[in-house]
Amino acid sequence: MPVIIKRILFFAALLLIWHGIYLLGIWPESMIPSPLTVAQTIYAGFADMTLVYDIIASFRHLFIGLSISLVIGTLLGVLLAKVKTADETLGTMILALQSVPSIVWVPLAIIWFGFTEASIIFVVIIGGTFVMTMNMRIGIKNVAPMYLKAARTMGSKGVDLFFKVVVPASIPHAVTGVRLAWAFSWRALMAGEMLSTGPGLGYTLSYASDFNNMSLVIGIIIIIGVIGSIVDQLVFQRIENKVLKRWGMEEAA
Amino acid sequence: MYLDISNISKSFQRNDEQSLQALKDINLEIKEGEFISLLGPSGCGKSTLLSIIAGLTKPSSGAVSLDSKEITEPGPDKSMVFQEPALFPWMSVKENVTFPLRKKMRKHEQEQAAAAYLKMVHLSQFAENHPHELSGGMQQRVAIARALAMDSGLLLMDEPFGALDEQTRLVLQEEVERIWLETKKTIVFVTHSIREAIKLSDRIIIMSARPGSIISDFKVDIERPRQQQDMAKLEEDVMAILKTEIENVMKEELQYAGNH
Repeated sequence: MPVIIKRILFFAALLLIWHGIYLLGIWPESMIPSPLTVAQTIYAGFADMTLVYDIIASFRHLFIGLSISLVIGTLLGVLLAKVKTADETLGTMILALQSVPSIVWVPLAIIWFGFTEASIIFVVIIGGTFVMTMNMRIGIKNVAPMYLKAARTMGSKGVDLFFKVVVPASIPHAVTGVRLAWAFSWRALMAGEMLSTGPGLGYTLSYASDFNNMSLVIGIIIIIGVIGSIVDQLVFQRIENKVLKRWGMEEAA
Repeated sequence: MYLDISNISKSFQRNDEQSLQALKDINLEIKEGEFISLLGPSGCGKSTLLSIIAGLTKPSSGAVSLDSKEITEPGPDKSMVFQEPALFPWMSVKENVTFPLRKKMRKHEQEQAAAAYLKMVHLSQFAENHPHELSGGMQQRVAIARALAMDSGLLLMDEPFGALDEQTRLVLQEEVERIWLETKKTIVFVTHSIREAIKLSDRIIIMSARPGSIISDFKVDIERPRQQQDMAKLEEDVMAILKTEIENVMKEELQYAGNH
């Protein structure tokens, strides 16, 4: 059976079970709404553009924050890979920071920047930077010594060697870094937005929760999940696979 | 003298604080246009010696000079082919070949040079392909074209066919011999294959292991292209010399394994 059929059947079954539980009526509709109500809520949100504005706002925060985190992450990664002392000091700190969940930064951001977009963007930047740093560092450190040797015998050294050989050779790791940074930033974005004053998907989610609007809560969770997996699979995994194939690190699927 | 290797020794520091002497008092003079093979068991330091000639490794003592100029770093006056093709996967075959030419020539001259050298290794139709689309033998031919493109007088080859299957190896041996006859480059060729050394070289240097030193240095006076039956006698002689060497290495390794 083709994968796509399996998936359609799986989600159809899931919806049926959900609807069945709703029909049993054990829990009130404010706790378990029917899938049809959720669909209607999502539809209404798109029809009156409120969800569209939320998505646009969320993507703006993400785009600004992720771009900055990629620049900082790349520079820090190069620094850690090239300067041993930096790796031994700053490197351990970044490793520790990487294990701090991004929601932890929200209270700090609110004190520093208030309930503003700057707070959200700050949290998004923190969310993406460290994972990009660590991947860039590994990418540069793991350049095959063979490439360096070969390039040196061809008279390449210093800046030329770095930009013509080391940087392109580390692209596969950098691409993985970008993909992970996006995933981390996306999570951080939701954490940041939930404590903001909107607009944004996260804000509307916590707003819906405050007003006990369960169908909107579930609707937004679904939207967040769908956007996340679409961007990951259709954009980043494709780029990653192409790069890995081109770099000869993986057979064509 | 074209390439002058004098009193080269090389020691590596090992983890257990002992240093390992890879090369001891190597003296060798190589004439311009000579095809010379360094032959010996694994661990005899032949690749280390080549790496020192290339300027990639610093000797512990002694010096190598090329045309009376001491070699201190890698550079365009010597090109090298490794056991692995070491092509850059993000570049097309053509871009790989023009890599060493970027700063020397204008764009269209680079293109012409790349086309000429790719033709020499019979890969013209693959100029736009990427390395991962080529077989191992084809990749190694690109590596040879890239080394030739540097147009240096000295070509260093470090077991260039070691990772290839027998048929491909034979084809590439003939190509290298033909290229050498056409270009008259000086070639220093590292191999552990006796037959390969005899088939290709003007002169063979046999090295002993640990520490690597020269135990035999002789000319090969067999008419080219060399036939199997003409090479058989020499092959046996070389085998006899190497057999003792290989046995010594085995003994030493077993002893080392026993002591640790």
